[in-house]
Amino acid sequence: MGGLQKKKFERGSATNYITRNRARKKLMLSLPDFRRLCILKGIYPHEPKHKKKVNKGSTAPRTFYLLKDIRFLLHEPIVSKFREYKIFVRKLKRAYGKTEWSAVERLKENKPTYKLDHIVKERYPTFIDALRDIDDALCMCFLFSTFARTGKCHVQTIQLCRRLTVEWMNYVIASRALRKVFLSIKGIYYQAEVMGQLITWLVPYQFSHDHPTDVDYRVMATFTELYTTLLGFVNFRLYQSLNLVYPPKLDSKAELDLKEENEDDYAMSSESYYEKLSALSSSLARVVSTEEEEEAKLDQFPVEGEDMDKMEAREKEQKQLEVQKKIFEGLKFFINREVPRESLAFVIRCFGGQVSWDKSVCIGSTYDVTDETITHQVVDRPNVDKHPVYIFTLTLPPHLSPFVEEKEGDYVPPDKLKIMALQRGEQPGTDQPYFINEEEEAEEKNLKKMEKQKSQGKSLEVKVTPGKLKVENPARLEQEEQAEEKRLAIMMMKKKEKYLYDKIMFGKKRKVREANKLAAKRKAHDDAEKAKKKKARK
Amino acid sequence: MEASRRNVQSAGQRVGMKKTEKTDKKRSKPDEEEEEDQLFDLNNKAVEEDEDDKDLSDSEDSVYSGLEDSGSDSEDDDDDEVVEEEEEEEEEEKDGSNANEDEEEHSEQSTVKKSKKKEGAVVEKEMKKDDEYDHDTSDEEDIRNTVGNIPMEWYKDFPHVGYDLDGKKIFKPIRNKDELDDFLEKMENPDYWKTVHDKKTASDIVLSDEQIELVKRLQRGQFGDVNFNEYEPTVEFFSKDVMIHPVTNRPADKRSFIPSLIEKEKVSKLVHAIKMGWIKPRRVEDDSRGRFYDLWASESSSSLAKHKMHLPAPKIPLPGHEESYNPPPEYMFTDEERALWEQQDPSDRRLPFVPRKYPGLRQVPAFSRFIHERFERCLDLYLCPRQRKMRVNVNPEDLIPKLPKPKDLQPFPTTQSLVYRGHSGLVRSISVSPSGQWLVSGSDDGSVRLWEVCSSRCMKTVQVGGAVKSVAWNPNPSLCLVAVAVDSVVLILSPALADKQVVSSSERVLTAKEEEEGPSEGSQPVVWSETEGEELNQGIRLKIQHPKPVHQVTWHSKGDYLASVMPEHSSHLQVFIHQLSRRRSQNPFRRNKGLVQAVAFHPIRPYFFVATQRSVRIYNLVKQEMTKKLQANSKWISSIAVHSGGDHVICGSYDCKLSWFDLDLSTKPYKMLRHHKKAVRSVAYHRGYPLFASASDDGSVIVCHGTVYNDLLQNPLIVPVKVLRGHAITHDLGVLDVTFHPTQPWVFSSGADATIRLFT
Repeated sequence: MGGLQKKKFERGSATNYITRNRARKKLMLSLPDFRRLCILKGIYPHEPKHKKKVNKGSTAPRTFYLLKDIRFLLHEPIVSKFREYKIFVRKLKRAYGKTEWSAVERLKENKPTYKLDHIVKERYPTFIDALRDIDDALCMCFLFSTFARTGKCHVQTIQLCRRLTVEWMNYVIASRALRKVFLSIKGIYYQAEVMGQLITWLVPYQFSHDHPTDVDYRVMATFTELYTTLLGFVNFRLYQSLNLVYPPKLDSKAELDLKEENEDDYAMSSESYYEKLSALSSSLARVVSTEEEEEAKLDQFPVEGEDMDKMEAREKEQKQLEVQKKIFEGLKFFINREVPRESLAFVIRCFGGQVSWDKSVCIGSTYDVTDETITHQVVDRPNVDKHPVYIFTLTLPPHLSPFVEEKEGDYVPPDKLKIMALQRGEQPGTDQPYFINEEEEAEEKNLKKMEKQKSQGKSLEVKVTPGKLKVENPARLEQEEQAEEKRLAIMMMKKKEKYLYDKIMFGKKRKVREANKLAAKRKAHDDAEKAKKKKARK
Repeated sequence: MEASRRNVQSAGQRVGMKKTEKTDKKRSKPDEEEEEDQLFDLNNKAVEEDEDDKDLSDSEDSVYSGLEDSGSDSEDDDDDEVVEEEEEEEEEEKDGSNANEDEEEHSEQSTVKKSKKKEGAVVEKEMKKDDEYDHDTSDEEDIRNTVGNIPMEWYKDFPHVGYDLDGKKIFKPIRNKDELDDFLEKMENPDYWKTVHDKKTASDIVLSDEQIELVKRLQRGQFGDVNFNEYEPTVEFFSKDVMIHPVTNRPADKRSFIPSLIEKEKVSKLVHAIKMGWIKPRRVEDDSRGRFYDLWASESSSSLAKHKMHLPAPKIPLPGHEESYNPPPEYMFTDEERALWEQQDPSDRRLPFVPRKYPGLRQVPAFSRFIHERFERCLDLYLCPRQRKMRVNVNPEDLIPKLPKPKDLQPFPTTQSLVYRGHSGLVRSISVSPSGQWLVSGSDDGSVRLWEVCSSRCMKTVQVGGAVKSVAWNPNPSLCLVAVAVDSVVLILSPALADKQVVSSSERVLTAKEEEEGPSEGSQPVVWSETEGEELNQGIRLKIQHPKPVHQVTWHSKGDYLASVMPEHSSHLQVFIHQLSRRRSQNPFRRNKGLVQAVAFHPIRPYFFVATQRSVRIYNLVKQEMTKKLQANSKWISSIAVHSGGDHVICGSYDCKLSWFDLDLSTKPYKMLRHHKKAVRSVAYHRGYPLFASASDDGSVIVCHGTVYNDLLQNPLIVPVKVLRGHAITHDLGVLDVTFHPTQPWVFSSGADATIRLFT
């Protein structure tokens, strides 16, 4: 009874997986091509639950893909393009070998190319999906746009990346979507809220790269290929949503302003136009030129069950956001030459300020140093004692990450506590986004206030009250009892649950330990500082 | 024509010129001509003086050079000799006259010359006459020597080298030059360097200056003719100007009127290739690559279904304070942390970078691993297997089982109330009298002490002369006897700490045995004997001598039977059951079934529990068979205790476990308790209360509440209610024995710190 006996690895999970090599053979692709395909299509390996079953009893380390994924790849039109390209290369080699230059030329003219539009659409069926995954694309494009135009990748790629990133920044400026900025040692983190999605990206500092040798640039280039396509389409859609012209054009007013300043500085007008665009100093042209968009008030839909507190909180948040968006409204900044221009201009413009710089620094400066209406100058020098400048070298408190959200029990650095106190106490209505503190006037005020607080704290008298003999504390007894109860109950836990419990508790304890360690370090540091100050006073 | 004639003429007189020269190009023609002329001169006027020579050659050159160009052209072009010859003949006749005239002119010019010169001219004329027959002979033939183009070695042995035109022998010079002559000549003759030996005529020829100059010029690769201008302005034959006459008068070929077959073939090949798609037409430049449009114009969620298995890649974690360019000071690494960070493997590091502090943004350098990190992210995206990991979001408090509160399970011992001090060695064993008034303890210091429980007073000390392994108070309340295991002896002690009635009844039991002692003596391994003298005064009444050291003694609940354990691998004599009333001993097992660790009697039924290393065997003593074998699931059982109901057994083991068996349920433990950190030394049940205790080397006694319900469907409830500490750990040993008070919820424990403690 029972029909044919099934062989061992012909059913169950073994049939759901395929090794990389077999997948490659099935697709008839070389390994680099297979990798490229996986990158473009977003196929990644899967770890089977029972490796030995899938691996036909062997425990050798192998990469497994889902068979479904590979079947899905079989119908990809781009696979045939890869093959075409392979053939093209073969033909070209042959023509070179035979020194048939006409054939070489003809082949080069007919070099097969492919487009990734359909893949982008397939991977991100909706626009929101694409936005959700745009982080990596932005990071990569910003990195590639800083590459030197030699060697590592095609110049066209670099230019395209630069173009797309400029478009993105212009969009963020136009939509005032920037939320957080963080200057880290790696680069500058930006976080923007676009269509309800929080998007974080990292921009390296403006230095030439020391290209490492152990990095496969082909892989990076393949990713960039996909990312540029994705970012391009996203940009298009975003521009459309704001009624902006795509590809971006400068506002007609701004265009005029810029034109009279630097005529004939650049040989090619198209190039200079692009440079002006990337200077981020002026607004973009709109499809429908509306004068001032009326602030659409948030309609209130009282939801049942949601209490008023929540609603109020939300409203407050919204209000704060509005304030934050306009924090630099009406201010005129002048960026000195030692300050990273692009990032600052981007941030200032994002919050509604006007910005300019020395003409010799970059194209696109809108006003001069001598302009009377300049309200702020951004300087990064050790000591300047003339102008009302905002130095963020010496006086600033430590720069904290705005991305950290402390949970209960986490370590909160005292600097953050101070800032939080300030936000709560000093300006209850207006939110001071401390993270953009490098060019903030308010920051200096804050500093002063902090100083005041400090001095106040010193004047407080210390009182010592005589101690009392403590009687047995019934609460404490009860606590102890409860603790013992718990200990006994823990003893009765099952092995599996005990393991899990121990693990959780270990993690918690480690967290506490680390927080304590940080606190201790801080205390030691503060003590040392105090001692130093005392010495200096003496 | 004149030139050609001259050419032919001179050809006859030439010396060893090569055939190729004739077919040379137009340009080289004049040189050749000149040379030939000169050679001609040379041959005839070798003897003449230099000056004349010069004049002659010069004049000749000047005369002929003009004619040569046109003449030679036409001559060279002619390939068809036959036609040409006919023409030539006619022309030659004319030319002949012309030539003559020329010659005459020439001679007129050189009228001033000597007579010798005239003779030469005559010879010339004569030769010219001969030349008329020579036009069909080859040019190479040397006319002076008629042997032809042969190797001259053939005439090596002859006095002559050939024949002249008249058939006369041309003789070699009379005396051949040997090397000495040659040398002398070289030394003496100033013209030696320009002397050339002519093999054909076997004569030496001295070259003139012009000839030498010519040779030099040729060697330099220049034209022979000094006056020849090699850089003449080019005459454009094929120019844009339409000329009246064609450049060549050749009629057009037929092939210029019909389509080319080769071209046709080539074209058809291309056409075929295009048809077959081998050659693609030039592509229209596709600029749509960088052009973007609204890709999501028509959003469809249908393809979402395809991606059910798709897991979006996790985002990069957001940066913390430590990544700031100016972090708070506590985030900076100390030296040790830095050293640790450097030592660690990159994958083990908690932070992939070292936090740094810069006074200003201006000082922040580029991050050297930026590209690396991005690349690693790329690798993660396409090489890392993704797995949906269910994060256990459990409140750890929820994991703790909900147990009834210990408060509700009272009574149980909670605090240490008494300490019994007096022993100087570790107290291995304790036992409580059935009344609960007395406590007996045996220690390694060789003494057995009897204590009053309530006052912790040591009532009596019995020196037994050896480490006491085990003590056991007779559970029969009407008897007052204690069994003590010392080395290989089991002593029966009568402590006399009871009512007189009880003491007397126990005395009676001991004496009654005496009466029946006689017949049971034989060759048994166990020897019963009575004590005398000092020992008797101490209360030791009986000695049961065993073959091996006894480790444990235990009483049957009736108090008549006594079991002793002698763990020994190789022997079947591991357990003895002694009957006190009959002073008889028997070994219930014929075979060794493993190292016996402990034994116990069933409180009600005639069952006997034998705990070996890994299992507990239950024997029916009446039927003399094994009824059950309990698997303890532990490595090494240390102790065993039986519930007073007889349905439950607990086993302590050296691998920190305590196993609870429900005999009705299964042979496997109903519950394994891993409460202790170290080996469990002893376990005990309370006789009345649902309590049991376990003592361990970690110095603690854990009291558990274990309710056993009469309803079989309800599982026993086991709750640890108290951890009792008090014993100090000495030599890695903590609590060695534990026992309950028979009526009160009290527990006694004896430890390696030589104390006994009472917890109430």
